[in-house]
Amino acid sequence: MQKKNNGWRSTRMLSTVAAALTLTLSHPAAAATPKDMLVIATMLDEFSTLDPGEVYELMPEEYIANTYDRLIRVDLKDPSHFNGDVAQSWTVSPDGMTFTFHLRPGLKFHSGNPLTADDVAWSIARTVLLDKGAAAVLQGIGLTKDNLQKNVKKIDDATVSITTDRRYAPTFVLNVLGAWPASVVDRKLALDHQQNGDFGNGWLRTHEAGSGAYRLVKWTANESLVLQRNDDYRTPLAIRRIVLRHVPEASGQRLLLENGDADIARNLSPEDLAALTKSGKATAFGVPQATVLYLGLNTKNPTLAKPDVQQAIKWLIDYDGIQSNIVKTIYKVHQTFIPEGFLGVLNDNPYHQDVAKAKALLAKAGVPNGFSVTMDVRSGYPYSEIAQAIQANLAQGGIKLQILPGDNKQTLAKYRARQHDIYIGEWSADYIDPHSNAQGFAWNPDNADSSSYKMLAWRNSWNIPQLTKETDAALAEPSTQKRAQMYEAMQREMLANSPFVILFQRVSQVAMRPGVSGLEVGPINDLVSYRQLKKQ
Amino acid sequence: MNADTPTTPERPAPSPPSPRAAAARRVASGALRWLFTLALTLAGLLVVTFVIGRKVPIDPVLAVVGDRASASAYAAARAQLGLDRPLAVQFLLYARDVLHGNLGLSLLTSNPVLDDIRRVFPATLELATLSTLIGVVVGVPLGVIAAARHNRWIDHVARFVGLIGSSVPVFWLGLMGLLLFYARLHWVAGPGRIDPLYDGMVDTHTGSLLIDSLIAREWDVFFNALSHIALPAAILGYYSVAYLSRMTRSFMLDQLNQEYITTARAKGVPERRVIWVHAFGNIAVPLVTVVALSYSYLLEGSVLTEIVFAWPGIGSYLTGALLNADMNAVLGSTLVIGATFIALNLLTDALYRVLDPRVR
Repeated sequence: MQKKNNGWRSTRMLSTVAAALTLTLSHPAAAATPKDMLVIATMLDEFSTLDPGEVYELMPEEYIANTYDRLIRVDLKDPSHFNGDVAQSWTVSPDGMTFTFHLRPGLKFHSGNPLTADDVAWSIARTVLLDKGAAAVLQGIGLTKDNLQKNVKKIDDATVSITTDRRYAPTFVLNVLGAWPASVVDRKLALDHQQNGDFGNGWLRTHEAGSGAYRLVKWTANESLVLQRNDDYRTPLAIRRIVLRHVPEASGQRLLLENGDADIARNLSPEDLAALTKSGKATAFGVPQATVLYLGLNTKNPTLAKPDVQQAIKWLIDYDGIQSNIVKTIYKVHQTFIPEGFLGVLNDNPYHQDVAKAKALLAKAGVPNGFSVTMDVRSGYPYSEIAQAIQANLAQGGIKLQILPGDNKQTLAKYRARQHDIYIGEWSADYIDPHSNAQGFAWNPDNADSSSYKMLAWRNSWNIPQLTKETDAALAEPSTQKRAQMYEAMQREMLANSPFVILFQRVSQVAMRPGVSGLEVGPINDLVSYRQLKKQ
Repeated sequence: MNADTPTTPERPAPSPPSPRAAAARRVASGALRWLFTLALTLAGLLVVTFVIGRKVPIDPVLAVVGDRASASAYAAARAQLGLDRPLAVQFLLYARDVLHGNLGLSLLTSNPVLDDIRRVFPATLELATLSTLIGVVVGVPLGVIAAARHNRWIDHVARFVGLIGSSVPVFWLGLMGLLLFYARLHWVAGPGRIDPLYDGMVDTHTGSLLIDSLIAREWDVFFNALSHIALPAAILGYYSVAYLSRMTRSFMLDQLNQEYITTARAKGVPERRVIWVHAFGNIAVPLVTVVALSYSYLLEGSVLTEIVFAWPGIGSYLTGALLNADMNAVLGSTLVIGATFIALNLLTDALYRVLDPRVR
């Protein structure tokens, strides 16, 4: 009897477990995503703030670009042209220093507050006064805390003027004013949340006060970012809701895309991209990015300071081998400091692996048997893999390269303190004007340890008064054609002699499910637009 | 005795304390001891983590202003973070804030650290609890049966399960699980805690999506959340099963070789009773310790599992914070994990008293 009872209990328990399992498994594992909702699998770990006056990382710039308007935006099809965003038209004064913008009528923020010249002038001044990372972009056209009142002015409710501290190339000024730090913030809303004179920065770090195509619904750090269509936007938008999901693992992004739980994936590995496109479950396209991957050779190291040693290292590296075996579709070989797609780019890749030539240069430099040197490498793909390949390449010339692995922030801190021998890193332009990269690689007005300008040339202790003058001259040149020629000359000069081994240009690979279209991807994240997105 | 000698009036002998009062005193002194241990452990954690955090060669200012900020912006951010003050002052200020329940703001999320922890810790707690339940429900009986059927097929199966669980990397098993059960069979949902469609549909009470959706009686949300947690919980549960079955088997084999077991069998006690009452009863205490250890390990947050399954738990939060020198977040998370360890220890001690009369 007892046995029978136990058996009945066991059977009942098993039945209950089976019923629960059946219920769970029979329930749809995932709900179908509606046609007007679009899910993007990407990485959101760069988000530390949502304030356009504070943002400086790539994905947050993309968020700002789609939630905030600005005066103008660069035309993706022709980077020398600009389209009005909140500005209907603009003029440049004869001295080339004052830019006057006339706003569109009837503009409104997401809050319903009207967007006026007051908001535009206040927003630009706000970024400069906040003096966070984004301020550096506006300081590039000479806007400082001291001259704001004089140089950024509301003329009337629909007109605003901005005056630079000296004459710059007009395309440069427009590129700066078309970048995210010049986003127009809802002044009234931000000031309503102001605390201790922070211009609403504390509140805007986690909220939004824009007038862009989409408005923020919810941001959960390292999890998701939900955007809702701005129904009052000046052009029709097909997608009602966009969800950006943080999926740190590339394989996870691929599986979500294959199963229809994501419509777009942004960080797939070359292998996943190839497999997906082959299976027909996604279409992919690549856009060269304004990011170059390079080696910085610290000239504080007397051996690395020798031009022949710098040249020898450039001739020892197997650029094509690393590209085809390691970085494949996500980087392309590019050896000049201005990325493809920019004004004045010199698409010239003269270096390839030539061990004999490199050995001759090392002998000429007085180190025929090579030397020992260290390289600080941030952990993770593709830096570690590229570093190992370079280690093998340099060994062919007798150079013993010791890799010092570290976290990104750790290696960067060492680089900024000029304590490295060789550093492998990336440089991304803030706006699509060649000056953004020229300032990084070819400008060093003060090579002292106490310098306030810690750009890349300074970090590698490369004292270049002549190139610095050329960078300043190109920045002031009003003729676009002549300006392009000046940058080409600088790139030739640096190819022949510089402590920078520029290896690759990043290519953004976007994979979309069939039926999804309209994602506009520019060379920088600030030029990624969701406005034309469609899903069938 | 001299009659003139003054004598002290006799006092009544103190009556022995009532058993209830004695028990209350024991409980009070135990609680005080525990509070002291808790305070000391947390203070130690705070000091060690703070010093390590300030000495790591990572510049937290770069996480705030970026690589290209002007010298003035850099200096202002450094001062705002209080990094221009002496280390001792920084520590005292931080300790004062912690004592006032303020763990500061996270540099990486711009949220109060306490809010972040309220969000990420329940995600880990939910996953770890479910995984431990799987581990206990499957692993313990498997270990007992393996020991009882020593060197028979079920024992070989248990050992094989244990071996695989100790040698296969969790991220590989996670990816294979996703490929099979999500991508091929469509039995479970993919990475993440919930589908975007259901995100924000239930109010947060406990932070556990399963419990919150049950409270709200949102069955679609509940089943969606269940289908998301099923695979990561099963994967972590598998590792728990492997560990617990191995340990249970070992404890049981030790007990089954004892003389009291031979005596019980000689007296004709049914084998099921010998195993589940006599032997199992005696391994309960070490088993509780092992289960608590396994649970506390999972509560630290299994970073690799969280990455593979895009699970926003405390493991990936703490790792991200560490890599960016977000010290408020690191310290806050460490304190919470430390406090959880202590709470689990307390619970384990309490269970000892229930299970072992000698400890009472």
